[in-house]
Amino acid sequence: MSEYYTSADHFVLLPAIMLALFGCAILLFEFLIGAGAKQRRWLVVLGLAGLAFTGRALWMQQAALNAGAQLSAFKGALLVDGFSLLFNWIFLFTSAIVLLISYKYLEIENENHGEYYGLVLLAQCGMFFLACGNDLVTIFIGLELMALGFYIMVGFLRNERRSNEAAMKYLLLGAFSSGFLAFGFSLLYGLSGSTNLRDIAVAISQRGAGDPLTFLALATTSVGLFFKISAAPFHMWAPDAYEGAPTTVTAYLSVGSKAASFALLLRVFLGPFGDLRAMWQPLLIAVALLSLLVGNLAAISQTNVKRLLAYSGVSHAGYMMLGLVAGNQTGLQGVAVYILVYTFMNLGALLVIVAMRRENILGEDIDDLAGLMHHHPVYAIFMLVFLLSLAGIPPTAGFLGKYYIFLALIETGHYILAVVAALYVAVAVYYYFRIVRSMFSREEAPAGVGIPLAGSLGVRVALAVTGALTLIIGIYPEPFLRFAGESLMK
Amino acid sequence: MTEHILSWVLFTPVIGMLLLLLIPSEKKNLIRWWANIVGVVGFLISIPLVTNFDKNAASFQYVEKFDWIPSIGATYSIGIDGISLLLIMLTTMMTSISILCSWSSIQDRLKEYYAMFLLLGTAMLGVFMSLDFFLFYVFWELVLIPMYFIIGIWGGERKLYAAIKFFLYTALASVLMLLGILVLYFQYHQQYGVYTFEFSKLMSLNMALDMQRWVFWSLFLGFAVKVPMFPFHTWLPDAHTEAPTAGSVILAGVLLKMGTYGFIRFSLPLLPKASIDPTIVRVLAVLSIIGIIYGALVSLMQKDWKKLVAYSSVSHLGFCTLGIFALNPNGLTGSVIQQINHGISTGMLFLIVGVVYERRHTRLISEYGGLAHVMPKFATVFAIAMLSSAGLPMLNGFIGEFTIVAGAFEANRAWAGFAVTGIVLGAAYLLWLFQRTMLGKITNEKNANLPDLNWREWAYFTPLIVLAFWIGLYPKPLFEILEKPVANIVMRVRPDYYQNQNRIREAAAPAVPAPVAVIPVPASH
Repeated sequence: MSEYYTSADHFVLLPAIMLALFGCAILLFEFLIGAGAKQRRWLVVLGLAGLAFTGRALWMQQAALNAGAQLSAFKGALLVDGFSLLFNWIFLFTSAIVLLISYKYLEIENENHGEYYGLVLLAQCGMFFLACGNDLVTIFIGLELMALGFYIMVGFLRNERRSNEAAMKYLLLGAFSSGFLAFGFSLLYGLSGSTNLRDIAVAISQRGAGDPLTFLALATTSVGLFFKISAAPFHMWAPDAYEGAPTTVTAYLSVGSKAASFALLLRVFLGPFGDLRAMWQPLLIAVALLSLLVGNLAAISQTNVKRLLAYSGVSHAGYMMLGLVAGNQTGLQGVAVYILVYTFMNLGALLVIVAMRRENILGEDIDDLAGLMHHHPVYAIFMLVFLLSLAGIPPTAGFLGKYYIFLALIETGHYILAVVAALYVAVAVYYYFRIVRSMFSREEAPAGVGIPLAGSLGVRVALAVTGALTLIIGIYPEPFLRFAGESLMK
Repeated sequence: MTEHILSWVLFTPVIGMLLLLLIPSEKKNLIRWWANIVGVVGFLISIPLVTNFDKNAASFQYVEKFDWIPSIGATYSIGIDGISLLLIMLTTMMTSISILCSWSSIQDRLKEYYAMFLLLGTAMLGVFMSLDFFLFYVFWELVLIPMYFIIGIWGGERKLYAAIKFFLYTALASVLMLLGILVLYFQYHQQYGVYTFEFSKLMSLNMALDMQRWVFWSLFLGFAVKVPMFPFHTWLPDAHTEAPTAGSVILAGVLLKMGTYGFIRFSLPLLPKASIDPTIVRVLAVLSIIGIIYGALVSLMQKDWKKLVAYSSVSHLGFCTLGIFALNPNGLTGSVIQQINHGISTGMLFLIVGVVYERRHTRLISEYGGLAHVMPKFATVFAIAMLSSAGLPMLNGFIGEFTIVAGAFEANRAWAGFAVTGIVLGAAYLLWLFQRTMLGKITNEKNANLPDLNWREWAYFTPLIVLAFWIGLYPKPLFEILEKPVANIVMRVRPDYYQNQNRIREAAAPAVPAPVAVIPVPASH
């Protein structure tokens, strides 16, 4: 291999190569093999095979890292550490679940096309660069790769006005936020003369506190990032995009995209802006509190479960940001744990909604879930577990996330923030329990009760995996906590 | 088996629940039998706890400890002392009784119903056994989920409202309590460099009064909502009234005691300085007294039989918290005994409402009258329950109330005065209720042909009646079991209490030797 592409570079890049390779292979699949229903089945298999290879590459990186190797590539533009691997595992898990649940859903929507599966992998490829990127250009390209995939996937139901509208909104606002981010990045480059995050950190620390240019760079970059993690007041796109997108994409978007953006946010705030804590902490507190307020209060009045989860996602982003506000070991571990459990519980909740989509029933309204306990008790009980977890009630995984955030706030003396964050738990319980109430009531029977849910094998497997993890992490979290903790230490 | 007896007691209901889930829903009688068997077995295997209990031991017994989540220092650590022993026995008994009393009143979704009750059983037992704050919190919250469904699915007309109100109130208070727990946890780490939730270790914490006060109020919220103390009681009438009979029985009989138990087990020993802080004691005592009087007055005004009993709980639990914050052996002992008594008496009263409700499907007091003519056995049982609740000597209620008043008298005479007023009011609303429903002529012909108690109803009233008389006539075993743990707590909160008592006693009668000269300090593991 040449000086520009060493074997070390290859080792680091391998997961992305696999994702891109299989992503493109899937795109070509329909041309080469045909687009019949029989051949289409292989798309999922091909996608999962791609993920398996990616997983193998990640596994090797994890092994090398555990053995104490330093993994970086392209002169420090890509960095593999415990942090980025943790996120890559989350992305891998999310894509696998999305592939499993998409086939049947897209069949029902009559939009089962090969490019969907290709886009899932390509978006994950973008996420890889977001988690590993240590260079402004790499990061920005990764972000756009991910976002472009999502712009298309959100509008994938091309005959549905709702989906088109969502895609358009998401595209416009997403482009707008990318503009902010690019502006911030350009300022950072101007400040330091380098695109490498480490060099930027050095340059910023030399400029001293209160520098207006640094502040401008911080503010614009933050705005771009807040858009991506759907923190209030930059969350407007989320409810519409979540509602209009195919539910499988909603699941991918709400978990994958959010986790990837959080990885970037952590990288940027703890890296180049690490010394400016005094400057960004008040900003982050304000955004976190606003996210909690807007997310929780808006969720109360939603009738559509996807919208409800979008708003509750805003509030979850608020909780995660509070972990960063605390900023100590516990807080960062809390963010990692929170993202990890959020992945499982939010995917789980949305995939129950995926299964609700059958024949001519959308199944997205809270009322559509009425009486679920009677006709599909297993789904109802799983949904209950996910909702309890989202509300943060032990013994489910979601409690662990909240536990760490509260503890971190107390350790750093943010008592009032801790109390406020705790109070919102009651609000969250209220709106999540509106869904529970509907599922367990038998008085009102919605139309289509007799129609069985769209529980394909993939959905059932995904449900079992996410449900089991949500419960197991709640009851015996030790291995997961250790994994998340060790990832951050390295 | 004997080594892990406490774990067996704890997990028997949940194991029974898992097996219950395997029974097909159509086999209704099999489900009923199985649930009852599990309930009774749960009670039977808890009996060795009593027979093997060493009432002279100063520390926790049947202790089991395993690492659970080492990364955060949470352990599976359980053990009991006299206080928890009594509450555990009450729990296993009330669980089996409430399962039995649901036999004919619940016809719908049996499997889920009994599964919820068994899950609830384990959760409540866990609360009374945990010696680790994290474990305690998990069980504490776990109680909410089955109770929400018991009220929300099998409850009365406004069941959904009552269920979510119950859940929200308690969930909110518990999260705020969690913050207090985390402060303790963090403070311990600050002082000793180790993260632990273990109760015995947290005892060695050394916290400034100011910090203790904050933590105290945070724990107070969690416990006071559960008790419920005035003004946090508003969820209770709704939840009690809308819950199915068995739900009300377990709610009043056991669930409310989790709050008072929390005060005794955690607030007092962990925050001794805050617990004797004059402001805090005054506030708590005043809230208890308001609860006693207000609960009784509101009970007097009720038109709904079940709501009357529900409000009477507010009044009775006021006695329990007053006893706790008298902060002397009499007050604490009386409080625990009264908690048991309240479980028995109010449990019976709710069962009695359940019996007539099942026959007439109305809870309005005005619908009844003269029932003693058609249901003489029932009227007798009701009379016993009513008198035991009102605190008639020879029945259990008297022992508890008397001891609490003695403790309150020692702490502050005015408190005792108010408490006695509460007892009088209690007798008033109970006797009046009895008079309106049981005595006189039959005014409503629908009541003319009501069947008297059947054998199944006798089966669950009998043990409660026996206990009521037993505690009323021979309460000595209870006092003996409670002596050591109560002394431990009093020593912890007021280290000089016993010495002062001796001094006073010696000054009064120098010849009499001090009976409680040597009280062992709480053992730290």
